[in-house]
Amino acid sequence: MLKAKLQNKIAIGALYGVAGIVVLILVALLGYILVSGMPQLSWHFLTAPAKAFLKGGGVGVQLFNSFYLLILAMLISFPIALGAAIYLYEYAKDNWVTSVVRTAIEILSSLPSVVVGLFGFLFFVVKLKLGFSILSGAFALTFFNLPLLTRNIEDSLHTISENQREGGLALGLSRWETVNKIILPAAVPSILTGVILSAGRVFGEAAALIYTAGQSAPALNFADWNPFNISSPLNPMRPAETLAVHIWKINSEGIMPDAKAISSGSSAVLVIAILLFNLAARYLGKRLYKRLTSA
Amino acid sequence: MTKKRWVQGIVLVVLVALGVFAYQTRQTSHAGESITAVGSTALQPLVEAAGEQYTGEHLGTFINVQGGGTGTGLSQIQEGAVQIGDSDLFATEQKGITGKDLVDHRVAVVGITPIVNKQTGVKNLSTQQLTDIFTGRVTNWQQVGGKKQPIVLINRAQGSGTRATFERYGLAGHRSKTAQEQDSSGMVRQIVATTPGAISYVAFSYVNHTVQALALNHVAPTEANVITNHWKIWSYEHLYTKGQPTGLTKDFIAYVQSPAIQKTLVRQLGYLSPTQMHVERDVDGQVTKIGGTRP
Amino acid sequence: MKNTQPTTADLERQLKRRSKAAKLEVWGRVVSFSALILIVAVVVAIIGFVASKGIATFTTNHVNLWDFLTGKDWNPGIKDAHGKPEVGALSMIVGSFLITILSALIATPFAIGTAVFMNEISPNRGAKILQPVTELLVGIPSVVYGFIGLSVVVPFTRNVFGGSGFGILSGTCVLFVMILPTVTSMSADALRSVPRYYREASLALGATQWQTIWKVVLRAATPGLMTAVVFGMARAFGEALAVQMVIGNAALMPHTLVDPAATLTSVLTTGIGNTVMGSLQNNALWSLALVLLLMSLVFNLIVRLIGRKGRLH
Repeated sequence: MLKAKLQNKIAIGALYGVAGIVVLILVALLGYILVSGMPQLSWHFLTAPAKAFLKGGGVGVQLFNSFYLLILAMLISFPIALGAAIYLYEYAKDNWVTSVVRTAIEILSSLPSVVVGLFGFLFFVVKLKLGFSILSGAFALTFFNLPLLTRNIEDSLHTISENQREGGLALGLSRWETVNKIILPAAVPSILTGVILSAGRVFGEAAALIYTAGQSAPALNFADWNPFNISSPLNPMRPAETLAVHIWKINSEGIMPDAKAISSGSSAVLVIAILLFNLAARYLGKRLYKRLTSA
Repeated sequence: MTKKRWVQGIVLVVLVALGVFAYQTRQTSHAGESITAVGSTALQPLVEAAGEQYTGEHLGTFINVQGGGTGTGLSQIQEGAVQIGDSDLFATEQKGITGKDLVDHRVAVVGITPIVNKQTGVKNLSTQQLTDIFTGRVTNWQQVGGKKQPIVLINRAQGSGTRATFERYGLAGHRSKTAQEQDSSGMVRQIVATTPGAISYVAFSYVNHTVQALALNHVAPTEANVITNHWKIWSYEHLYTKGQPTGLTKDFIAYVQSPAIQKTLVRQLGYLSPTQMHVERDVDGQVTKIGGTRP
Repeated sequence: MKNTQPTTADLERQLKRRSKAAKLEVWGRVVSFSALILIVAVVVAIIGFVASKGIATFTTNHVNLWDFLTGKDWNPGIKDAHGKPEVGALSMIVGSFLITILSALIATPFAIGTAVFMNEISPNRGAKILQPVTELLVGIPSVVYGFIGLSVVVPFTRNVFGGSGFGILSGTCVLFVMILPTVTSMSADALRSVPRYYREASLALGATQWQTIWKVVLRAATPGLMTAVVFGMARAFGEALAVQMVIGNAALMPHTLVDPAATLTSVLTTGIGNTVMGSLQNNALWSLALVLLLMSLVFNLIVRLIGRKGRLH
């Protein structure tokens, strides 16, 4: 008994240590990015368009593109992933076909993003003639997102206790109604984790977008919200460089004198943008959860 | 329930009406001509900046400039999927390109220089020494008059235009031994600047105070020496079209080659204009003097 | 409800008709099934695309498969003494293998430890700080990771372990940090899915907290934890830019962990823009992608096998 207590103490202490180290690493990393990027931030930097080779460019267009692309990609990939996950978890029999499908989805996520990018380029940009556009980028990112998102939603469904499912069925609800009205609402918080994780990957992705959404950001007219105009921010058919692609581009071929400052400033902006997005998503998720489950 | 349906219906109708209205009122002038240029990331800033100026002066045109690499640019122009392929090399120097039907438009000249880490203590090398370093016969800076420090080779990726030009004219056609490879000039400069004993090569425009550019056989890497071909490591930047260009493509290429761009943007971006050169070099490396009024 | 008695015929019809719920059920089944079919189609399309291009090296360019897997020289543009192109991928296969295994080996205990901490020991404070931070880190572009690696990790390994600082060791360090958030956050989800009464039952039996964690919670969560590790390794496999900046990206056989080396992904990413589609150089790069897929498949199966053994029942 004593031994078990001692063991317990040591193990818990070790876990504190591990968690402490991880926190230290993560905080140091974020601190490094924020500290080196913060001095660059200004209203001008956040709103001005980028410059090709002179100093003083901003990241306004890129920032907008990142968010717009994220929304489009999520609109396409979330319903698909949700449907597939529901089928895999609630309907599919646990046989070898299901297992092959799961494995295939998982290995898809180990493909380097440049492969997904080139596939998107040859298929969406060239074959379907979508051109270098946000839409092509969103489709490519969908390919990218589906594995993680599907797997995550499936796991979220798994977290809901079997009692709830049985309760629903016992009330005479069909399986679909049980899933829709009972299981999904209860799973909202953990589904949200999946959405946030894949949103993060969309924000940070560069290689897959270089060949699809493109790496140039024509100036936008923020007074024009007609999605059919080429200079409108809402036009899904315009080429759109995102913030992550911009960081990649100035680090690799940028010749503006303040390239380094722009790059670290952009990284800081990206981190803050992701932070805001995550907070907003969590807040909305919480409200949605409350409304759906009337908890 | 029925009330919810009503609201949904109204929202749908409003959305469709808005869409139709937006489509009707779109700016039709912008649906005019548009062309796409794809290829070399090094050349992208020039073409992009020129494209922005051109579309600014000719409303209703749209020039979409993307990177993706010389190989991508040449494959796509050979396939006819884009209107312009940007390339750092003569098309026939690239393996897998027949060069048939491709028309070359030279828009700039770029000088390439070896760069070393500032701590090596070396500022000049002979071609023989440079070749020995890159083929691995010399492995310490001491052997070429520098500090006692091992040499760290950093190459550009196989198939890169900069590497091909450097090996052909800098190493007298010798092939560099297998060593570290990076795929962009910015990355190469960063690594050379921070790694003791590192040597690599970049275009003139990427040289800054963080690295030491080397003189070769006591010829300094300057624009004046490139113009007279005293500095041998230089190449043309090409825009390729499939067949003779027509319409907007033709106008745009003429614009890039006009003094308006050649005297301003080309120079600002650190390139030389082909019109400045006292010599011309063909794909086989044959040099002929042109217009050489001054020595 | 009407007061009149329904006739038997009415009743029969009513009973035989599919209820609204049953119709909805069929509809739901069809919709979710078609979503799955769509994903399968996407997976098949991409894998087919990579395979068709990757196999071309061996069918149209007549490269010997064995030479490809065991050769050590990677210069697809150059022919060797026998007039065959130099396409030996062994050094890159070894590089990818080492770096993935090492970073997963290091990251797994850290990630699971942190997840346990967040979930079991300090659910309030731990989760509140760690969860947002880990989620934040997933979104940082790999270029940024690469640059931090270049300015912090590479000089560190250079000064401590010698060499140029570029190598598998630096790559492992950077990848460890990159996959940590994904693995941690998915592991935390897996632990959360363990029903509460498992813990309560164990504690009620007099087990210590650690015994409960080790013998009950972790065992029950094993399949979920395995998924987390698989996704972490997948990310490590597919990562290019960050690794390429710190590993040196030299297609040489690594003799020590501080020698410059290369991974399948980094060579693929650096080279693909510089080659012409359909040429041997390009096909050879696609073959690397194919090897990557196959290796990833093997890893996946191994992890599943381990997971099956460790499962509770």
